Amino acid sequence: MLSVSDRLQTLKSQSQCALIPFITAGDPDLETTAKALRILDRAGADIIELGVPYSDPLADGPTIHAAATRALRRGVKLEDVLGVVESVRDEITAPIVLFTYYNPILYRGIEPFLQRIAQAGVKGLVVPDLPLEEAEALLTKGKEVGIELTLLVAPTSPQERIEAIAKQSQGFVYLVSVTGVTGARTEVASRVKDLLPRLHKTTDKAIGVGFGISQPEHAKQMKEWGADAVIVGSAVVKLLAQGTPEEGLKAIEAFCQSLKAAIQ
Amino acid sequence: MTVTPLHPSPTQTQPDRLGRFGTFGGKYVPETLMPALRELEDAIAQYKDDPGFQKELDGLLKDYVGRPSPLYFAERLTQHYAKADGTGVQIYLKREDLNHTGAHKINNALAQVLLAKRMGKVRIIAETGAGQHGVATATVCARFGLKCVIYMGVCDMERQSLNVFRMRLLGATVQPVEAGTGTLKDATSEAIRDWVTNVEDTHYILGSVAGPHPYPMMVRDFHAVIGRETRQQCEEKWGGLPDILLACVGGGSNAIGLFYEFIKDSSVRLIGVEAAGEGAETEKHAATLTKGRPGVLHGAMSYVLQDGEGQIIEAHSLSAGLDYPGVGPEHSYLKDTGRAEYYSVTDGEAVDAFQRLSRLEGIIPALETSHAIAYLETLCPQLEGSPRLIINCSGRGDKDVQTVAKFLDANPK
Repeated sequence: MLSVSDRLQTLKSQSQCALIPFITAGDPDLETTAKALRILDRAGADIIELGVPYSDPLADGPTIHAAATRALRRGVKLEDVLGVVESVRDEITAPIVLFTYYNPILYRGIEPFLQRIAQAGVKGLVVPDLPLEEAEALLTKGKEVGIELTLLVAPTSPQERIEAIAKQSQGFVYLVSVTGVTGARTEVASRVKDLLPRLHKTTDKAIGVGFGISQPEHAKQMKEWGADAVIVGSAVVKLLAQGTPEEGLKAIEAFCQSLKAAIQ
Repeated sequence: MTVTPLHPSPTQTQPDRLGRFGTFGGKYVPETLMPALRELEDAIAQYKDDPGFQKELDGLLKDYVGRPSPLYFAERLTQHYAKADGTGVQIYLKREDLNHTGAHKINNALAQVLLAKRMGKVRIIAETGAGQHGVATATVCARFGLKCVIYMGVCDMERQSLNVFRMRLLGATVQPVEAGTGTLKDATSEAIRDWVTNVEDTHYILGSVAGPHPYPMMVRDFHAVIGRETRQQCEEKWGGLPDILLACVGGGSNAIGLFYEFIKDSSVRLIGVEAAGEGAETEKHAATLTKGRPGVLHGAMSYVLQDGEGQIIEAHSLSAGLDYPGVGPEHSYLKDTGRAEYYSVTDGEAVDAFQRLSRLEGIIPALETSHAIAYLETLCPQLEGSPRLIINCSGRGDKDVQTVAKFLDANPK
């Protein structure tokens, strides 16, 4: 597996927009998560974001919150999630980025946590409740073990914060497209149209846009506005949770292909 | 080798550049909120010493809230704990229950709404557990004509139905939260999600000394009037300091409001009482400082009830206002430095105290407050002489009569 930044830089040099689907680990079960990772990889995912279920996901809307709650009720633990990563790492090419809240990291200890996820084959990390000011330890220690910590920029971030975040962010810069939590929305936020060029002026790093992108047309729009990657979460999670696991897997395969087709 | 300094460093009373008391506090929130927290810090700095702001606030605290609240000598409660030799703890109640809306919560809600108005915010949101903070927020929103949404867990809506009715009567929208156990933690998470979404026109009136910086500092400062009045009242009554301050701790706003003024008076013992629910040794409690460990919840580093995976555990307390798995960062700091002591009492002990104060003093305390009163059972026999002790009587208990009646039915003596 390549690093997240290498993968994105390669695509960027080919003027390609990357597709980053998100799923919640352990929903509906760990076996399906492993299958989903292989399927998404095959269906055009360039990077895959894997959500570690958390009890109090502040930045998540109802879809991902519910998926996390179901996974936790099934007793899914961080070690289980990493077990899944270990089981598929040699079969897939898309680097895996772990999406987790800060408290479980803190509980394990920053260094043991980073060493363990790196050993399992994880390449990147997104921690939605960790702003730049609190991120120093993860940024520094992550570098030592080859884990890239991607920081988020919001529509409300003033220019000097955008610059500071873009400078420190690793892997790519995650642009949150809406003021709000994760979740499918019917329209994409037009503010992104202004934000993307501003961000590109600030940094050479790839820019991934996420939160609220739920349809191929949204993804296409983001690409046209200059996104280097689009992140699609709740829409995938919702499809995977519908019907039997087999039906869910089929549905996300077709969806992932249609997203990929829209941004090619 | 550990070297104990001969002169321990003075207790830190202001958060550092990152909003921390020692290692506790900080800002652990989605990036979307960071500019709003900065805006709030700037507004606090601008208005803290602004004569116009202070004048408006002081005027409303006096004429609308009814401050100063009395410092009342609880004669029969004192007699109840008197020793055979005639000595015994002299118990005073700081009567925050006499404030408009029946609890200390209005001190903070009123001040924050004045701040929000100056910041140009048109919509107010808040979380509530027992409903006291929700009622206080709904009240000040009615007073200033602001749109108000209160997040409340479905379980709390049931056990505090009187307060739900009051909030609606005051014109607020009460938004039920079904996630988790439907209590204060879940309501707080949902309020934060609303704030992330509507941050540009909305101010979040957080009701405790929890959450990201600058909330713990700001909410404390708005409640510090409790301690300032207490100092003056002690001076008037006996010309000195109190010996012991006692208050219940959920998030910890009423406790810090009383303690803060006295942190540097090292002779004054500061005691916080948490909710042990069915027992601190069981799985059903809310004794965060007693049984938790440092972690991050709702934007701050503090003691948190969590499992072996760093997942937040549901708290339990009969008292909705204390039913919370976190606690304010400054309390975590005061615990670790040893400046304040924290203990816990069970649901049953709190209900006993609820009845005791009602019968002995004709004051029906909130179930939250009853936890502080209950700790007298343990504390009084340990004390020698006749120290002066002040309990923050943080709220009135009318809202709790149904809960207590149900509890007594289920747990007959």
